[in-house]
Amino acid sequence: MAALFIGALVVALALVHKPLGDHMYRVYTGVRHSRAERVVYRLVGVRPEAEQRWPVYARSLLAFSAVSILFLYAFQRLQDKLFLSLGLAPVPDHIAWNTAVSFVTNTNWQAYAGESTMGHLVQMAGLAVQNFVSAAVGMAVAVALVRGFARDGADTIGNFWVDLVRGTLRVLLPIAFAGAIVLVVGGVVQNFTGPHAITTLTGGTQHMTGGPVASQEVIKELGTNGGGFYNTNSAHPFENATSWTNWFEILLILLIPFSLPRTFGKMVGQVRQGYAIAAVMGVIALASVTLTTVFELHGAATVPQAVGAAMEGKEVRFGVANSATFAAATTLTSTGAVDSFHDSSTPFGGMMTLFDMMLGEVAPGGVGSGLYGMLVLALITVFVAGLMVGRTPEYLGKKVGAREIKLASLYFLVTPVLVLAGTAVAMANQAGLAAMLNTGPHGLSEILYAFTSASNNNGSAFAGATVNTPWYDVALGLSMAFGRFLPIVLVLALAGSLARQTPVPESAGTLPTHRPQFVGMVVGVTIILVALTFLPALALGPIAEGLS
Amino acid sequence: MDHMPSWIRRHLAAVRALVVLTLVTGALYPLAVTGVAQLLFDRQANGSLIERDGRTVGSAIVGQSFTDAAGKPVATYFQSRPSAAGDGYDMLSTAASNLGPEDVVDTPGRASLLTQVCARSRAIGEREGVSGARPYCTPDGVGAVLKVFPVAGRPVRAVSVNQPCPATPFVAEYRGVKVECARPGEDYAAGRTVPVRGGVTQAAVQVPADAVTAGGSGLDPHISLAYARLQAPRVARERGVGVDRIRALIREHTTGRALGFMGEPAVNVLELNLALDRS
Repeated sequence: MAALFIGALVVALALVHKPLGDHMYRVYTGVRHSRAERVVYRLVGVRPEAEQRWPVYARSLLAFSAVSILFLYAFQRLQDKLFLSLGLAPVPDHIAWNTAVSFVTNTNWQAYAGESTMGHLVQMAGLAVQNFVSAAVGMAVAVALVRGFARDGADTIGNFWVDLVRGTLRVLLPIAFAGAIVLVVGGVVQNFTGPHAITTLTGGTQHMTGGPVASQEVIKELGTNGGGFYNTNSAHPFENATSWTNWFEILLILLIPFSLPRTFGKMVGQVRQGYAIAAVMGVIALASVTLTTVFELHGAATVPQAVGAAMEGKEVRFGVANSATFAAATTLTSTGAVDSFHDSSTPFGGMMTLFDMMLGEVAPGGVGSGLYGMLVLALITVFVAGLMVGRTPEYLGKKVGAREIKLASLYFLVTPVLVLAGTAVAMANQAGLAAMLNTGPHGLSEILYAFTSASNNNGSAFAGATVNTPWYDVALGLSMAFGRFLPIVLVLALAGSLARQTPVPESAGTLPTHRPQFVGMVVGVTIILVALTFLPALALGPIAEGLS
Repeated sequence: MDHMPSWIRRHLAAVRALVVLTLVTGALYPLAVTGVAQLLFDRQANGSLIERDGRTVGSAIVGQSFTDAAGKPVATYFQSRPSAAGDGYDMLSTAASNLGPEDVVDTPGRASLLTQVCARSRAIGEREGVSGARPYCTPDGVGAVLKVFPVAGRPVRAVSVNQPCPATPFVAEYRGVKVECARPGEDYAAGRTVPVRGGVTQAAVQVPADAVTAGGSGLDPHISLAYARLQAPRVARERGVGVDRIRALIREHTTGRALGFMGEPAVNVLELNLALDRS
């Protein structure tokens, strides 16, 4: 059954990636602007034909993100003054800051419980909007990097405003609309009612909650965001009502990340290069999904053994195997939505979710961020291979020189520094230590998970940790911001320097980057880099727990 | 506009872009989805509510507690899974327990996950008239866990850490050392944690896994087929109906795997209980 469930996902992705990948290729390379888009550009006050050099592209992106953070912060602080607030109080300052950064960085780490903190208006016109645009920002950066490979002696890498608007209106919005209706059919709610009391069968009281959930749920998965409308995210029946909506939500999570390599291949004029990248992602993803499922089904730990299955924190309609697939999909991408609670997973099942994120979320990764992360790893791989044979490495005809490899290395170093330094600082002070719900190695795992999730912009949690304190809200907010924008600036710089180059012709010594050999090398480099970086931390957390 | 510094122009563009995109994705889009949903699928869009005698009694996809005012299970109804949402199935504070797989030692004020599992198993066993025994559980329904001193080497002291004195420890002896009950207030953190599996095999366990664990949402509307079957004789007895009739109702309210391979078969507890009341 588990194999069929995963197999059906693979088949669906195989069927969909081509039309969607080709559609995105047309979206990002087309020269025509629709009438609606022209209106948007006029309202925004930008000239869509103007191409931007990388520093301008980066500044536009940062300006948009900074404005978004300020706006979302103010929105939460003022929610009681606006309509549809359900009578909820303004969000406390540290939680509002954390949440604003979290949603703008595509992390969707949640230091709050949706049903008791956010009114419908903030959810719909604040948080869900960032679900769209933060995803569009990720795709824009990926496309800009691909233009770097595709262009020949060019100064510019595209126009940020055009990429942002097109990604939102032409890619995300149509799929989200159709997907939302599908979810409603399955039972996901879509209304504007506030909590209202009903009397249960035995005379108790239950407060039925409502909200525009389906419209937010679909973009939460499609944009690999992950912030739940309710506290229990995709485990909540109103967010994920049936076993088939569960499958559909996993498909939405993987849809764009697995289609973008096709877009990449088309843009660089060699579809097979895209398939090589998709193959790297696929190999790692399948291995991770399989291992997570096996660990969870095997259930090796005291409580799962006493129970007879790792059912704590899991819903009956999904079962253990499908919950494991969801857990792997959500951490392999930058989603962080959950349909089961990872804190209660088996030690090695929980470790897989951590490891997936530590891979840098590249298999297939977040929308856009997965592709640019994987392309950076491909550059590092050709560099390593070049060192072995003693010649200047090149990828897609572009030389990987000192500047390129410096940018790629810095890119790779950002998240490990944030994760390990953040965890270390948390472990060294009382405010940090106080957060642990569980004790021993599992307590360390909770904190390590928090910083891994925030720095990699995932947003899932070992949710037992009490992270809605000022200390954590500030620390994790900073991790999310640096973890998102430092790599983005480095990638855009890389795009600029690649675009300037004139491609060198292929020679006998060129490493072919579309063959299984190269796919295997990138997989190896990815896993070895991560293993070397994070193994000591993992050994103190989940591995110690699993082996004890 | 052109005489403004470029950084101001850029930020003004950002503000305007955000406003325009908020109107499209934060207002037009959700309103359009709501319109279509309310027009074509209003039952689902409003929470799949169930009415009885003109009064809403719950949602077909959200679980609820079938307990009396004192929190005791109502014997004429099938019981839902344990829930970590507030006092149980509270939609205003949905939650999972988030306790880890090696959470086995009770602390003052909080029972470990293992003890919670053991206590539930024992209580359900008593309620349904079957054995509530399971691996790693003591007969009195707490986690069977020793703290052994020193951490490494030959043990000189062993404490059954979840059984406060004057309880009788579940084993008399551990590797030649007499096992003590736990003295309240004493800190055993320095010892090595040794969960003791005991003689109960997985095949002999009668209370199913979903019955002793809290779900992910705290609102799980379902129980497993096994847990429903376990409760059938009790419900039949309490209602004075044949157990075959109850089993037929369980079958009627069992959802199979979607398309034959998605998820797990599950019994909707609220719908089943409503059907009981009707029949």
